[in-house]
Amino acid sequence: MLDRQKGSGEQRRPRVAVFKFASCDGCQLSILNLEEDLLAVGEALDLAYFPEASSEMKPGPYDIALVEGSITTAEDARRILAVRQQAKVLITIGACATAGGIQALRNWADVEAFKQAVYPSPEYIQSLSTSTPISEHIHVDFELWGCPIDKNQLLRVITDLVVGVQPRLPGDSVCLECKRRGHVCVLVAKGIPCLGPVTRTGCGAICPGMGRDCYGCFGPSEGERKGPGLPPNTVSLATRFHRELQLIPVEVVRRFRGINGSVSPFRTESEAWEKKT
Amino acid sequence: MSEKHTHTRTIAVDLVARVEGEGALRVTVKGDVVQDVQLKIFEPPRFFEAFLQGRHYDEVPDIVARICGICPIAYQMSAVHALEQIFGLRVEGALRDLRRLIYCGEWIESHALHVYLLQAPDFLGYESGIAMAKDHPAVVTRGLRLKKAGNAIMTLLGGRSVHPVSVKVGGFSRVPLRRELEGMKDELLWARDAAVETVRWVAGFDYPEFTPGYNDVALRHPDEYPFNEGQIVASSGLQISVNGFEEHFTEHQVAYSTALHCTLQGSSYLVGPLARVNLNQEHVTPLAKQVLADCAVALPLRNPFHGIIARSVEILYAVEESLRLIERYEPPPIPAAPITVQPGIGMACTEAPRGILYHRYEVDGDGIVRKAKIVPPTSQNQSRIEQDLRLFMPRLLSLPDKEAALACERVIRCYDPCISCATHFLNLEIRREGSA
Repeated sequence: MLDRQKGSGEQRRPRVAVFKFASCDGCQLSILNLEEDLLAVGEALDLAYFPEASSEMKPGPYDIALVEGSITTAEDARRILAVRQQAKVLITIGACATAGGIQALRNWADVEAFKQAVYPSPEYIQSLSTSTPISEHIHVDFELWGCPIDKNQLLRVITDLVVGVQPRLPGDSVCLECKRRGHVCVLVAKGIPCLGPVTRTGCGAICPGMGRDCYGCFGPSEGERKGPGLPPNTVSLATRFHRELQLIPVEVVRRFRGINGSVSPFRTESEAWEKKT
Repeated sequence: MSEKHTHTRTIAVDLVARVEGEGALRVTVKGDVVQDVQLKIFEPPRFFEAFLQGRHYDEVPDIVARICGICPIAYQMSAVHALEQIFGLRVEGALRDLRRLIYCGEWIESHALHVYLLQAPDFLGYESGIAMAKDHPAVVTRGLRLKKAGNAIMTLLGGRSVHPVSVKVGGFSRVPLRRELEGMKDELLWARDAAVETVRWVAGFDYPEFTPGYNDVALRHPDEYPFNEGQIVASSGLQISVNGFEEHFTEHQVAYSTALHCTLQGSSYLVGPLARVNLNQEHVTPLAKQVLADCAVALPLRNPFHGIIARSVEILYAVEESLRLIERYEPPPIPAAPITVQPGIGMACTEAPRGILYHRYEVDGDGIVRKAKIVPPTSQNQSRIEQDLRLFMPRLLSLPDKEAALACERVIRCYDPCISCATHFLNLEIRREGSA
């Protein structure tokens, strides 16, 4: 919670900073995509450090740090420590910062071979062999899932923090949202291997709404059958993909090894099926 | 002491703001001579081309979208067209129109972001669009609403504006109903007026005299302003099919950057709105021509600072084109053409908001990607940005370091560089080695 009282008792605007690590910029763009709310947010908050939007960069400390992107270089592993020291509340925004992101696909690969595939002179390229979420390096106060994040979830969390409420976002699966919206189930009705049953809600069930499978961009859900904080039943879903939808093991691996592939239980599921290939 | 007193001055600005991604600029000056200009991109590499290997072709649009949150449609469009070339498929009719329409949405959204929030503050003397809004609320509100109109097109067709979900090889997972598209018409009619106002507004800015002389490169199509199809043409006279891209354009690596540099027959060239509008003047709409004439702006544009005018003209084009496409829309019988997987190599080039974006894929008989190559617009403009800074620097040498650095940043922002595609902060460093 933010303590915004100055000594005088006068309220000041919370100072917010936005930091970028390895990412596509899409989550911070979600801030600029607040459209008509953007100017109101600019009034309510002191956007003290947001290089993508402003050339005025005020030094810390900050009340809220929003961190986009994953850690993929030794320099970034050092930089995130300094960010933590400057921030009262640190929130990761998006799949890269929260789970390692799509670039975590390198975690199963030979990064030296990757460098050679992309760069003629791989020796110039400084890169760690892994892409890791921010929480593996520092304490994170709140994590926003999604690739990209949902801008309304971000607004909700910041509003909660500013008014002094503990932020809470739903952790149940896309399926529930999908049913509420009345979409036809793509898994049951069309036999498409949808990850909705094990994926966290928050996107608005847009993929089934667009007639296709959820591909897990909000990460694993929680609380489904087993209770809050516990992982979803990926074993059962993977088995169904294999037995009923005739996915061969390597296809099951690819299904779970996507945008949030390095986070459990998506990771454990893809690794289990990899052994069967 | 001899008369030759050599000293080195280093000027560093920790972050050059209002660009997308991470990099640094280092300028070395000896006396009055600019020795070297290096635009260093140190955005950590994410290795997309490598981890696409082994993925199924139908996963490619979802993966490549993640290269850039600002222009995901560009990546999806280049990818699906390259893959469709392999499978011998041409997407025509209403599906082709819908692809143009979603691309219009991305141009409007990306260009409005750059014009209003990233570059205009340079001309009006603000650190950000949000700060600019305090003195110019109506203008910034207009820009945000324009941007929203672009995002609305992407959301209707793609489910969301950042990393849309419906684009697939063969078409879309879902196509809109006629009435859904018609529901956007009123807002787009407003956007057309707002885009006209945008052109008039930016045409009135105070521009420095600067005409470096460009080799413009863009797609050109006989019937339309280019999005997904056409030949690659250059103002030097080059005219090639997209399949010839790699014979003429070569990527090379420099030690100071994680983005590869791309050159055309060994020389730098320009891609993006300025090049595109210059090479496609005949497809600029009558309304846009009229507005330009009213503002006494003549094509071709030769000053990189006029990139903001070109971008505004393209917002207007994209709004007009959206209205035209919506007007004639009849939903296609199926949302996506069926695919017959066959092995092969395919390439495509489409016009991302920042310029041509080339993709090549090699796919095996199971539809698995064996090789991928992606050349984003910013890596193509990188050499050109360096060269322009070299040409622009001499007039900045009399300025204090800090002001010179800020002026360099303004030059860089003209190109709307997307360093995530190729960054988010630029470290600007000017080394002065001078004889006194």
